[in-house]
Amino acid sequence: MGDKHTSILICMGTSCDLNRSRRMKDLIETEIKNRGLENEIEVTTTSCLGHCGEGPNIRVEPEDVIYHNLEEKDIPNFIEEHFIKGNLMEKYVLTPSENDKSIPTMNEIDFFKHQRLLVLRNRGRLEPDSIEEYIALDGYKALSKALFEHTPESIVEEILNAGLRGRGGAGFPTGRKWKICRDAKGDVKYIVCNADEGDPGAFMDRSILESDPHSVIEGMIIGARAIGASKGFVYVRDEYPLAVQRIKTAIEQAEEYGLLGDDILGSGFSFSLKIVRGAGAFVCGEETALLSSIEGKVGRPRQRPPFPVVKGLWRKPTNINNVETWANVPHIIRNGAEWYSNIGTEHSKGTKIFSLVGKVNNTGLVEVPMGITLREVIFDIGGGIPGDKKFKAVQIGGPSGGCLPPKMLDIPIDYDQLVKAGAMMGSGGLIVMDETTCMVDLARYFTKFLYEESCGKCWSCREGLRRMLEILTKITEGEATEDDLETLKDLAEMTKYASMCGLGQTAANPVLSTLKYFEKEYILHVRYKRCPAKVCKSLINFYVVPERCTGCQRCVAACPTGAIKGPRSEPHNIDQSKCIKCRACYEICKFNAIEDVIVDAIVIK
Amino acid sequence: MAKLNAKALNDLSDRLHGEIVQNDKPVITVHMGTCGIASGAQEVLDCVKEEIKTRKSHIIVKTSGCAGLCSREPMMTVSIPGKPPVKYADLNPKKVVQIMEQHIETGSPVTKYALAIGSERTY
Repeated sequence: MGDKHTSILICMGTSCDLNRSRRMKDLIETEIKNRGLENEIEVTTTSCLGHCGEGPNIRVEPEDVIYHNLEEKDIPNFIEEHFIKGNLMEKYVLTPSENDKSIPTMNEIDFFKHQRLLVLRNRGRLEPDSIEEYIALDGYKALSKALFEHTPESIVEEILNAGLRGRGGAGFPTGRKWKICRDAKGDVKYIVCNADEGDPGAFMDRSILESDPHSVIEGMIIGARAIGASKGFVYVRDEYPLAVQRIKTAIEQAEEYGLLGDDILGSGFSFSLKIVRGAGAFVCGEETALLSSIEGKVGRPRQRPPFPVVKGLWRKPTNINNVETWANVPHIIRNGAEWYSNIGTEHSKGTKIFSLVGKVNNTGLVEVPMGITLREVIFDIGGGIPGDKKFKAVQIGGPSGGCLPPKMLDIPIDYDQLVKAGAMMGSGGLIVMDETTCMVDLARYFTKFLYEESCGKCWSCREGLRRMLEILTKITEGEATEDDLETLKDLAEMTKYASMCGLGQTAANPVLSTLKYFEKEYILHVRYKRCPAKVCKSLINFYVVPERCTGCQRCVAACPTGAIKGPRSEPHNIDQSKCIKCRACYEICKFNAIEDVIVDAIVIK
Repeated sequence: MAKLNAKALNDLSDRLHGEIVQNDKPVITVHMGTCGIASGAQEVLDCVKEEIKTRKSHIIVKTSGCAGLCSREPMMTVSIPGKPPVKYADLNPKKVVQIMEQHIETGSPVTKYALAIGSERTY
């Protein structure tokens, strides 16, 4: 920001945020602008200064002092005294208390220091069953603003200008969707929250509903006002009992306070919300199947157009958004589109929440600005791969998304950049894999999942997945031929192009992406009948490497069939007729003395 | 519960916010998303409540949803007024008792169980 050497850094740690640090920032910026000092003094934000509870904390450079306990009315005086007259305001200067230096600060913990909370702003400090706490933390202020300072049209404009895109996976511009639904013909309109979250490994939506259910409700009421809907539904999968309970309680509380129901906050606008529990079908995360399920019919997708925004629930215009999308809305209305559009990249605004799972040191829920790379998420925030294992692939976007190899780690997380690279954002599940994951077995696992979840309507999806699963199973059992591999490729392409809905069209992605980046592994399985990751039981032949075996007998204790034997302190042997390839000996050996037939010697041209 | 209008919402927000900010009692927040509960957060919460009863402590215990770092659950945050909050991880009832004895009674955090001190960053 130029070469201003005077900076005001306002702490945006959650504790100072509670003490209204963001409001302080706005006031300071206004005061500086009024005095014409924008070119001399830089105003910016900073992470936790470590003196929570004495805030909001404001650090000034180059003096490197921290001011605290300033009230809003003190700001003009603060600028006058410190910056114009050059006097330190002793009364407000913090004398740092002796913090225990042996405990790392949040800024020193990799997992936390790279994250920036927006949707998860109340994380760890909000009692989920308390609407009072939500209100204390600025809850429902955005709704008030939307009802009394906006028209429905201007709300749509705000969301459009903010650049919010659907967080369910496809990334369609939310403002545009709202506009189409608003303009659609009809007096009766609906809005829906898609809380089905079927992707294995994804739990962002569950977390939002469990931790901060009112943020979703507030977003939905604002959306209903913008679109002109009087009824809404939260479709939540029944496998989330705590989330169901929390959203149910939250709706009841909101009704008691008059934030849902008739004449909300005295605005004349009425809106009610109902919960519909899913019955365990992945396909019901697809919007038309979801609507069908709400109507009480079997969850089966239908042809689009007409899109649900024009003809949805009971043929009425219906706007469906994902949980995280709804949870972004109050923040945009409260702080404005300009503030929101300063976060993220040019075409992907805001933050994204990921569930970082699998072979990674720090598993959990991560909120980051769009534009951060996969490498930063997995290695900086995630702390890399446990043990001394090497990163192999990351699955992004659930079963529909596909697996990305190491060379793709530097792609920025951005809707369009990911599509350009042949992947997709998806809902936010990030499953990290290392060298012990067999990519063929993984493709088989997800193909089986999708095969079981296919609604069965389109033969290309129903039969395509069935036959792909058969071939993948054959490959993992060492029974496949190179012709089978060609057939697999054909089936994958066919399923992609001939299926009607999103599930079918992306059902072949586990196969297609693993074939694209890990074809050598398939060839090893098919041509040489070997599994380099030592997962496919029929393709493993464990043996003991005599030079490495110390005879410690850990493996003997672990073996369930007595297949491994040997005298103490001397190299052991494995009886192949008894070995069931359970890998217990392989995993427990500390000397890498259990090996599979050497794979490195095979050269794939 | 009377239904709110816009002004009543604002007044309520100010009042409740003030109460939180002016709080002068230590607060223990046990993080209880499904991940936390699956790792044993309920036992941690029960232990905290039991300790409060036995020691007749004037501290506030509350729960929250998932704190984010699921692999280190159960976690809880101890907030002494005027001091930065301390996040404890990998908890069990035995560790909780030690934390209540040392951190709550003497104000000195139990370093070996502490994950981090301070707050996360928001926008």
